Amino acid sequence: MAGLATSLGSGSMTNTISELGGASVILAIGTNTTATHPIVALQVKNAVRNGSKLIVANPKEIELCKFADIFLQHKPGTDVPLLMGMMRVILEEELHDKSFIQSRCEDFDAFEKSLAEFDLDTVEKLTGVPQDKIIKAARIYATQTPASIIYCMGITQHVHGTDNVLATSNLALLTGNIGKPSSGVNPLRGQNNVQGACDVGCLPNVYTGYQAVAIPEIKNKFESAWGVALSDTPGLTHTKIFDACYEGSISTLYLVGENPVLSEADASHATEAMKKVDFMVVQDIFMTETAELADVVLPAVTFAEEDGTFTNTERRVQRVRKAIDPVGDAKPDWWIACELAKRLNGKGFEFSGPEEIMEEISSLTPAYKGISYARLEKGSLQWPCPTTDHPGTPFLHAEKFGTDSGKGKFKPLTYRKPGEETDGEFPLILTTDRSLYHFHSTMTRRVYGLNVLAKEELLNIHPEDASGLGVENGQMVKVVSRRGEVAVKVKVTDICPLGTVSMTFHFAETPTNLLTCCELDPVAKTPGTKVCAVRVEGL
Amino acid sequence: MADKIELTINGQSVKADKGMTILETALRKGIYIPHLCHHHDLDPVGACRLCLVEIAGKWTKIAISCKTEVQDGMVVRTETPEINEMRQVTLELLIADHDTDCLACEQNTKCALQRVADHVGVNKERLQRLKSREVKAPIDDSNPFFNFDPNRCVLCGICVRTCDELQNVQAIDFANRGLGTKIAGFGDKPRIESNCESCGECIVRCPVGALTEKDYMKPTHQVKTVCSFCGCGCGLILGVRDNRLVSARGDVSSPANKGRLCVKGRFGYKFVNHPDRLTSPLIKRNGEFVKAEWDEALDLVADTFSKNKGEKFAAISSAKTTNEDNYVLQKFARAVMGTNNIDHCARL
Ligand code: SF4
Ligand code: SF4
Repeated sequence: MAGLATSLGSGSMTNTISELGGASVILAIGTNTTATHPIVALQVKNAVRNGSKLIVANPKEIELCKFADIFLQHKPGTDVPLLMGMMRVILEEELHDKSFIQSRCEDFDAFEKSLAEFDLDTVEKLTGVPQDKIIKAARIYATQTPASIIYCMGITQHVHGTDNVLATSNLALLTGNIGKPSSGVNPLRGQNNVQGACDVGCLPNVYTGYQAVAIPEIKNKFESAWGVALSDTPGLTHTKIFDACYEGSISTLYLVGENPVLSEADASHATEAMKKVDFMVVQDIFMTETAELADVVLPAVTFAEEDGTFTNTERRVQRVRKAIDPVGDAKPDWWIACELAKRLNGKGFEFSGPEEIMEEISSLTPAYKGISYARLEKGSLQWPCPTTDHPGTPFLHAEKFGTDSGKGKFKPLTYRKPGEETDGEFPLILTTDRSLYHFHSTMTRRVYGLNVLAKEELLNIHPEDASGLGVENGQMVKVVSRRGEVAVKVKVTDICPLGTVSMTFHFAETPTNLLTCCELDPVAKTPGTKVCAVRVEGL
Repeated sequence: MADKIELTINGQSVKADKGMTILETALRKGIYIPHLCHHHDLDPVGACRLCLVEIAGKWTKIAISCKTEVQDGMVVRTETPEINEMRQVTLELLIADHDTDCLACEQNTKCALQRVADHVGVNKERLQRLKSREVKAPIDDSNPFFNFDPNRCVLCGICVRTCDELQNVQAIDFANRGLGTKIAGFGDKPRIESNCESCGECIVRCPVGALTEKDYMKPTHQVKTVCSFCGCGCGLILGVRDNRLVSARGDVSSPANKGRLCVKGRFGYKFVNHPDRLTSPLIKRNGEFVKAEWDEALDLVADTFSKNKGEKFAAISSAKTTNEDNYVLQKFARAVMGTNNIDHCARL
C-alpha cells in the first residue's frame, strides 16, 4: 500500500476487475489468484481464452500457470531483480513509451541509473530464471497494450514489500501502461473489506480517505467535526502494537474480529504480547484462540445480521444488507463502540444506524463525498466519487496522478537480500500460501463441507527435497524455524521448486505462523511471512 | 451487432440482431421452442435435438434452431406435426431412462424436462416399451456440497460446458458411449477425486434435477448483499427461512461478479448459523468465562478504558466488518481514547 501511494498517489487497484478481460497482456506476480481471488482469476482465464497473453511470475507452479504463455519461476524474495531485469530489456530494446515518460512522469533518470546493477547475468543468478525467458516476458509485456499487472501478498508480505510494489509501478510507467482502461497496476486486496477499513481511517497515520493525522489543517477539520482535541502523532502499526504490548508500554488492547494467535507472523511473540497486557477486550463472532486470552469477550454480528457497506478490491462501495436478526445477543460492532463511547462521555456517537454513519463518512472524505445509501440502493459506486452526481471512477490516473506534483514517480531500486536467509541449520525456504477452500480460519473452519475439501495442513515439498530427507507423501514431519516448530503432514509435489516448501495457515492444529518471521518492511510495516528459513525433520 | 434483421416466426414478424440464433430470437420474443442443451451463457452445441424448426423460403429445411443464425426474410415455423413427432421420439428416449419421481425432486416445477414434456406430450404406450433399464445407477454424493444423480441426467452437457467454457476447470466430461454414456470426472472417478473446485456453477445451470445441492431448503425470502470472504466483493443473494440462512446465489446484477461465485461464496455462509457462535458477553472471572448482560460488560470495559486513555491504549479493527463499523471504531480510538493507535488486521 505504502508503495503505490508514493509512486502513483493512490495505493489501490488502478482498474476494475472486469477490465482485466480486455487486457492484451496480464502479468500476474506474487498472486495465487485462483485460490485467493477466484472471480478475478475467472477474468484472467477469460482474457486468455479471448487471445490475451499471460505472464505468471511465482516461486510456485500455481494453478494459473496452466493458462500462461510464460511462467517465470523466480526464487522467493527476488521480485525486484526479476522486474528490474525485464525493465532493463525494455529500455535496451527501446520498447519504452518515451512520450508518456516525458509528459506524465518524473525521476526517470535516477531510476534508469539504478538499473545498472541489474544486468541479465546478475538477474539470472539471483532469480534462477533463464535470461531468454526474462527477455521474452519483457517483450510481450512491453509490446502488447493494454497491459495489466496484478499482484497480491506474494509481493507485499516481504521485508522488501514496498520495493517490490515500486518495481511494479516502475514497469507500468515505463511502458505507459496506466491511466487507461485495462491498463494499470492492481494490488488484489485479501479480505472482503481491507480496502474499506483503510478508506475509513483504520490506519494509525491517517483519518478517512488517507488524510494524514500529522497535517494541521486535517487535524483541525476533524477536531471541529468531532468536537474534541485530537493527537497529531501517528499511532503504532499493528505489528508495533504487539511489540509495545510485549514491552509493556501498551496496557489495554481492544481487538475487533481478529485472531492474531493464528494470523500474526511470529505468532508466539504476538501471543506472549497479548498475555502481557493488563486488559484485553475481544469482539468477535466465535470463541477464537485469541478470544480465549481476553478479559472480556463481546459477541459481534456477522455480515448477514447487519446493514452497512463493504468496499471491494476495485474500490467499489457496495451495500451489505441485513438478512436475519442477530444470533443470540450479538450486536453490530458500531453499536458496541458507540455504547462504550457514550459511557466514556464521548460526543458524536448518537448514530441512529449505519446510514447516518455513512453520511458522516462522506461529509469528511473527499473520495466518498458523492456516496450515499440512497445512491447505493440503485447500484454500487467506485471511489473517487467526489460529488452527488459523479458516476464513480472505474480506472485511476486518467489525466494526472494523485501525487503532489500530479506526475507518476519512478523509483530507483536496488537488490536487497531477503530478511531471512537459509544456512546449514535451516536449509529450506518456507513460503506461506492460501487455499481456495479457506479464508484465514475462524469462519471457514466452521463450514463442514469446506473442511471435507481441505481438511488439514500440508507441507508442500519438492520430490528431490523429500527423498533427500527420506520423507514420503502423507508422513508426519516437524518443521522448525528460528522461532518455533510445528508438526505437519507431507505432500510431495513439484509445484514447489527445489529448496522451497510451502504451507497455508488456516488450521489451528498446525499454527504455521509460529514459524514465520515478523521482521518488517521498513515502510509498510508488513511482516515478511513469504520468506522464512526452516528445516524439516522426520518424526 | 446493431444490424437489424427481419424474419417471420409462426407468422409473426420479428426483428433480431445479426448473429443471433433463431432460438435466441424466439425466446426473446416469448415464443417457446422446446430445448434442453441451450444455455445463454454457453456456446450452442445442438446436442438435444429438441429445438428443431422448419425454415421456409429459399432455405426450406428442418434445422436445429440453437445453431442456426437468423437471416433476412427467413420464414420460420416452430410447430408442425412432423416436427412434433420427431421431438416426441427424442423426448421419449430421454424419459425412458429418467427417474419419474418428480415430487421428490428438487427441480420439480422448475424442471426444463417437465416443460418440454408438457409442451410436446408423450405417447404412453411407446414409452412403456422403451422403459428398458430398471437398475438404478448409483448417485455420486462424494462432494460435501452437492450430489449428482445420473438417473435424472439428460446428457445436455450444460455442466460439462459450464466447467470448461466458464470455469476453465474441465473437471467433468462425457464418459463411455451409446446407452452407457454418462457425465463423470476424469477416468469415471467420483467427483471428489476430480479437480472439481466445487464452485457450484454447474449446479446452478443444470436444467433438471441431476445436480442438486445437499440438504437444500427453499428460502421464504431473499436478501441482496455482498460476500464476506475475499476482496472480490461478489454480489450475493442470501436465502432466508425461519431466521436462518439456507441458500446463496450469485447476483447477476453485480458488476463485480455478474452472478458467478466461488465455493466460499456459494457454500461458506454456513458459518453464520453455526452453534459455536458467541451469543452473549463473557467476562473472565478467576480464569473462567462467565456470561454477563450487555450493561454489565460494557460498564466494566468502559470503566477500565477510562483509566487507560492515550498511548497506553490500542485498538485493532477488522477487515471483515463494514465501513460503518470501522469508521466508528477509529473515531472511538481517536476521539474518545485520545490515540492514533488504531490499525486493522491485514496490511494488504
Ligand atoms: S462445481 Fe464447478 S468445478 Fe466442479 S464440476 Fe461443477 S462447474 Fe466444474
Ligand atoms: S464468492 Fe468467492 S470470489 Fe466472490 S467474494 Fe466471495 S470468496 Fe471472493
